[in-house]
Amino acid sequence: MEILMILTVGILTTVGTYLILTKSLLRVVFGVMLLSHGAHLLLLTLSGLKEGAPPLLGEDAASYQDPLPQALILTAIVISFGVTAFLLVLAYRTYKEHKTDDLDQLRGNADE
Amino acid sequence: MAIFVPFFYKWFRHIHTGWFVLVLPLLLFIYLLQFLPVGGSMETLELTVPWVPSLGINFTIYLDGLSLLFALLITGIGTLVVLYSIYYIANKKDEPLNNFYVYLLMFMGAMLGVVLSDNLIVIYVFWELTSLASSLLIAYWFHKEKSRYGAQKSMLITVTGGFAMLAGFSLLYVMADQTFSIRAIIDQADIIAQSPLFIPAMLLILLGAFTKSAQFPFHIWLPDAMEAPTPVSAYLHSATMVKAGIYLAARLTPVFAGAPEWFWLLTGFGLMTLIWGSISAVRQTDLKAILAFSTISQLGLIMSLLGIGSAAVHYDYAEVEMLYTTAILAAVFHLINHATFKGSLFMVVGIVDHETGTRDIRRLGGLMTIMPITFTISLIGVASMAGLPPFNGFLSKEMFFTGVVNATTLDIFNVQTFWYLLPVIAWVASVFTFVYCMIMFFRTFTGTYKPEKLEKKAHEAPMGMLISPIILASLVVIFGLFPNLLAYTIIEPTMQSILPNVLEEGERFYVNIYHWHGLNTELFMTAGVILFGMLVFLNLKRWQEAKFFLKERDPLNAVYDRGLDGLVTGSQRVTNLQMTGLLRDYFVFMMVFLVAMLGWTMIRYNAVVFDFVNVSEISPYLWIITFVLIAATISIPFIQHRITAIIAIGVIGFLLALLFVVFRAPDLALTQLLVETVLVVLLLLAFYHLPELRKAKFTAKFSLPNLIVSIGVGLVVTLTAFSAHAMNHEFGFDRISSYFVENSVPLAGGYNMVNVILVDFRGLDTLLEVLVLAIAALGVVTLIKHKMKGGEDV
Repeated sequence: MEILMILTVGILTTVGTYLILTKSLLRVVFGVMLLSHGAHLLLLTLSGLKEGAPPLLGEDAASYQDPLPQALILTAIVISFGVTAFLLVLAYRTYKEHKTDDLDQLRGNADE
Repeated sequence: MAIFVPFFYKWFRHIHTGWFVLVLPLLLFIYLLQFLPVGGSMETLELTVPWVPSLGINFTIYLDGLSLLFALLITGIGTLVVLYSIYYIANKKDEPLNNFYVYLLMFMGAMLGVVLSDNLIVIYVFWELTSLASSLLIAYWFHKEKSRYGAQKSMLITVTGGFAMLAGFSLLYVMADQTFSIRAIIDQADIIAQSPLFIPAMLLILLGAFTKSAQFPFHIWLPDAMEAPTPVSAYLHSATMVKAGIYLAARLTPVFAGAPEWFWLLTGFGLMTLIWGSISAVRQTDLKAILAFSTISQLGLIMSLLGIGSAAVHYDYAEVEMLYTTAILAAVFHLINHATFKGSLFMVVGIVDHETGTRDIRRLGGLMTIMPITFTISLIGVASMAGLPPFNGFLSKEMFFTGVVNATTLDIFNVQTFWYLLPVIAWVASVFTFVYCMIMFFRTFTGTYKPEKLEKKAHEAPMGMLISPIILASLVVIFGLFPNLLAYTIIEPTMQSILPNVLEEGERFYVNIYHWHGLNTELFMTAGVILFGMLVFLNLKRWQEAKFFLKERDPLNAVYDRGLDGLVTGSQRVTNLQMTGLLRDYFVFMMVFLVAMLGWTMIRYNAVVFDFVNVSEISPYLWIITFVLIAATISIPFIQHRITAIIAIGVIGFLLALLFVVFRAPDLALTQLLVETVLVVLLLLAFYHLPELRKAKFTAKFSLPNLIVSIGVGLVVTLTAFSAHAMNHEFGFDRISSYFVENSVPLAGGYNMVNVILVDFRGLDTLLEVLVLAIAALGVVTLIKHKMKGGEDV
């Protein structure tokens, strides 16, 4: 299971990087989202995916899933959500101001 | 004192500021004269003021023969130059006199600091101060383009050398058991000579000395420094600053002398400078330019004599050695002579410039009867520079020839191979020296007077302006006729400081300078110089047609100018190459660096480990989710429409939530679902509000480099993850989570461990995360609500 997940993480990272390297601003935002998905999944995978009960003590099970990475990921999800939302609105404003989403056209002066 | 100059300038407008300044160097000179017997009887003065004691940096004043000689030159000629400048810059209203004297005093103080310090770092500090003051003085008329160019050039070259020197000093510090004191270093000269850092330190320090003293090929700044006011040229660029390098070489001779590299570097560069300077001087038409190249050539002479003299360290003080110490004697003597006659010549040129309005020898002529005193002074100076018998230049030139001829008999350092070169170069250079002296003298003062070419009506200079050159010229005569006045008062102690370990206890160098020492080689050489010099001068017209003489500027200037331009354009090109202004390129730089660094590290340390032992089973349900997730991810770059892409992104997010469910993380699944929903809504909103873009095609062109970079990134991440996974099991540390499992209920009273961690065990993270959300929300609101008015480009 870990092997499969790690491969998935690799693919998410690859596609995310590729999207960031393209010209469209929206695709850059997509790339950032994919990269954060990959990071979250990696965090979970590396903490071990052994079968265990959900980290709820009421379950009264013999072993639980590790709660710490889950807390970390939860924090990360919320933060990346905030950042992504902000990025999106930023992209939205950029469209409105410049009527383009092509990063090449958004370039500053060459001799700055 | 320099601090007070502007106040004097402001408060006493009617009195020339220079009079106030004049007092200081005069007092210093008289004060220093007291030490003459001190220096003569081997006793030295010491005074220490701690500055940075923890690093061993102290203001230590150490006065011995060498320092005293330089200090006397600096203050003595300084006094005369200030006196001269009072009359030279006579126009009180137009010139910013306070600047001039502030810079001049700053220079004088710095120069005294260089020669009196015993501490290398303090020397370096004062050294750079002289560079700075010199630049300020060169650019005194800063509205002139050429002045600024000359100042920049001298600054760049001397500071480059200064840095090299600092590096050399640091090496000395390391070699000599962590001390900056020159005397302590000299005591350890034997240890230092064994060190592997010996040669680098020598090269670096010599680079500093050569740049400062305008040695070949770093001499190019000196002719351009002639844009300075003439008193400055006389003071800095003939008598003092350019001799700082000589001082340094002489001061460190006890450390480095004895090594063949030192001998050859000093002698070789000195002779090269000597001949190059004297040949270049011949083709100049500006009097100050002739003097500049002449200074260069004479400095080369002194430097080469120091080099030859360093051979003395190889022998015990015996009869053989006498021959080589003569070279040091000649160097010291010529140092004094050069300061006197070159100072007076610069002042004479200044007078000619001042009274006729030009310094161009093609426009001057026939001034002999008009300016008789100036004429006499320059006759003395020029004759001394050319090395004619009654004056001191003759004596030092004779000794120079003696030194060079003696050097041919050296049986060390492979001198046997090149022995004939030394006297030949020296002799040819002397011929050229003679020629340019003749040019200077005859073109200025003899021939026909050409009033139509001159801006002013030529007349004799005011008396005040003539005082300083007269004093210097009379010194030239006095030293010429009675050279032994100087012998045991100043020259001998100086030689002792340069060659401290050569003498036995109680011995003294035998210094006797006399005009007539029999019919020997040197005398014939001098006669030949005069003869050939005459011949060349009389046929000068024919010689000047040779192409070399047509170019007025030094060919090495082209190297400097092109180098400086190349540096500017080159760095611009490099900057433009990498700073493209495209986000993508910067991202590629970062990613490539990341991949290269991580990849190299992993391969270097064999960190790539695959471990399939400790893996869990995969359920069919998971297979399906993962497959769909991967498919959706890979499809995104190929999707044509925005809507579809947004949906695909949503799919990925929801599948991730499903994965969280499978991995038994209920809170994560919940959050992920909510967040993804909101994001998709946001995406659609952003998309919906942009009607003009809706129709535009969304797919990007395929780019292979981007693909390679992203595959590289993905690969590195995957490999890192694999290795981490494998290592994780290999080392098998216990997780700290058992603590949370055990203590959630007893300590925090909660059953949901994730939530307990978030708000109880690690509540601070959550607090700040809330802050992040708040800031993001504020940012979003600001972006949407507040539009920048006034057309600022966002």
